[in-house]
Amino acid sequence: MTAILFIEQVLNGLQFGVMLFLMAAGLTLVFGVMGLINLAHGSLYMVGAFAAAAVAGATGSFLLALAAALAASAAAGALVELLVIRRLYDRDHLDQVLATFALILIFSEGTRWVFGSFPLFLDIPDYLSGPVTLPGGIEYPLYRLTIILTGLIIAAGLFWLISRTRLGVRIRAGESDRQMIAALGVDISKLYTVVFALGAALAGLAGAMVGAIQSVQVGMGEPVLILAFVVIVIGGIGSIKGALIGAILVGLTDTLGGLLLPELFKLFMEASAASTTGSALASMLIYILMACVLIWKPQGLFGGQA
Amino acid sequence: MKMKTLFAAGCAAMLATAGLADDHKVKVGMITTLSGGGAGLGIDSRDGFLLAAKLAGADNLEIIVEDDQRKPDIAVQLADEMIQSEKVDVLTGIVWSNLAMAVVPAATAQGKFYLSTNAAPSMLAGKGCNPNYFSVSYQNDNLHEAAGAYVKNEGYSKPFILAPNYPAGQDSLTGFKRLYGGELAGEVYTKLGQTDYAAELAQIRASDADSIFFFLPGGMGISFLKQYADSGLDLPVVGPAFSFDQGILQAVGDAAMGVKNTSQWNKDIDNTANATFVKEFQAEYGRLPSLYAAQGYDTANLLLSAMDKADVSDADAFRAALKEADFDSVRGDFAFAANNHPVQDIYVREVIKEGEVFTNKIIGTALEDHANVYVDECEM
Repeated sequence: MTAILFIEQVLNGLQFGVMLFLMAAGLTLVFGVMGLINLAHGSLYMVGAFAAAAVAGATGSFLLALAAALAASAAAGALVELLVIRRLYDRDHLDQVLATFALILIFSEGTRWVFGSFPLFLDIPDYLSGPVTLPGGIEYPLYRLTIILTGLIIAAGLFWLISRTRLGVRIRAGESDRQMIAALGVDISKLYTVVFALGAALAGLAGAMVGAIQSVQVGMGEPVLILAFVVIVIGGIGSIKGALIGAILVGLTDTLGGLLLPELFKLFMEASAASTTGSALASMLIYILMACVLIWKPQGLFGGQA
Repeated sequence: MKMKTLFAAGCAAMLATAGLADDHKVKVGMITTLSGGGAGLGIDSRDGFLLAAKLAGADNLEIIVEDDQRKPDIAVQLADEMIQSEKVDVLTGIVWSNLAMAVVPAATAQGKFYLSTNAAPSMLAGKGCNPNYFSVSYQNDNLHEAAGAYVKNEGYSKPFILAPNYPAGQDSLTGFKRLYGGELAGEVYTKLGQTDYAAELAQIRASDADSIFFFLPGGMGISFLKQYADSGLDLPVVGPAFSFDQGILQAVGDAAMGVKNTSQWNKDIDNTANATFVKEFQAEYGRLPSLYAAQGYDTANLLLSAMDKADVSDADAFRAALKEADFDSVRGDFAFAANNHPVQDIYVREVIKEGEVFTNKIIGTALEDHANVYVDECEM
């Protein structure tokens, strides 16, 4: 294994991490502020990807497609909050899980109804396609670099929003004590809708950006959703900083584990068996990581006191 | 012939007088995936099957279609319901091997016929074979073996091979290696359902591979090809037909252009049955048929051919009639090997663009009259 391969894999892990962050940020905000477990977050990711594919197909513009993804998923998020989620805040988590699971089914079959059963086409725009050569002779796809950059910019933007703006103050207040800020005259239901739509928009953006290099199909959100839950559990529920660190940790563990473990097993096993065993163990690695973090810090890395 | 006419007339008379129509009807239970991520495959299998029944004008064929949601437990429930309360004679339609493993052994044990439109795991071809189980599609290893043979014949000496880490993926790489037999640049098992292949692409780049073989069905293949096209790698890519099928090619787009893939069917195979199928499928459904549609269509025609020869209530005669495979396959020559799996040619196709539509054309034959390696293990 060469240094170039290793650095390339670190970049891949980073890129995977920032994508997970976009998913996890919405999830952790919604859980932190409203105390709601939203299983349908993956469906909003799918809505973003489908909206982007539809608009890119009709107009040919990738930027318009991204804008459409943001708008469609934010709108879907706001709508879902107003119609369904709003009734769930006072219920216990089991009711929330059941209702949002129903939303997954409704979104999936609804999308299939509108767009058909076959995957949709969404491609990287020409100006972002192909590899670029980084210092040190590493060839790396430009689009993935763009994803890393976009993710980091959005992370910075979120930190600014949470720590420097009035909305951020309310979100933080909502996390610490919901009843109190409602009593202080903040329109809590409007705040909830805004936070939910914001989380949905981030998920939709992630869906659209990932959709361009993966496949846009029904059910694409659920595998990512599971990882996003792992991220927020590691990072500490409700913490944006935790989501960022957790996402990058999960991204790097997953990518580097898949590379290094089979290599490690090859030292004392036959190549084919090493590859099977190594990749089987590598897919467990992030859950092992989660278990270790929870033993060390039961609230997650940056979790407050529940 | 005379006897048959007489018999038919007799039946018609009976029908008119006593209304005993049912003894000649064949009831088919189709269990396939019609919702969720893998629905495209099931819908195509179903549409191909129903098209054949419609074209034959077979009013003695009753077809019940149910959605298994790609879940083994649901497939088992549906099969029980169809066998016990619907009293079907024939089951068919399952797309996925794990679902087939859950349903087929139990159904054949109860004396039902099972005609596979797609899934054909090795367990059902070798020791677990059954006289009432027929695979009309292939044996799961076939297309991978053909890819191995093709890579070897083309003179590639260092293919990098990858597949998901589950039984069909392991069978795939085993099948490839069986007929390739040479040195590999690398062998990687990915996670099932994985959508990001940056890590694998980096490994391919770091290896000294001269070609790539991959088996990544459905969305996994779309992701891999798009990311491959963007990675700057430029090696010949070979795979089984599943990732280059009509249903998903449009979602892959330009990234699939020129890729070689192995298949037992393509829409340009030159025979009357295939020409009719391709034309009628487009007329009926407004899209190009896929491999799965072709398999569904052949399965229905096989069933209809057996119904012409024997009554389903006479299981031995019906089984013999199925085994004759006396129907016009869209693939041309078609016969069953001793273990009820096809003996057929497997072609190499290349992805091309016809106008605005991505599709395949045949560029050669990888294997002629190919059966499968499990024939000797099957005792029945």
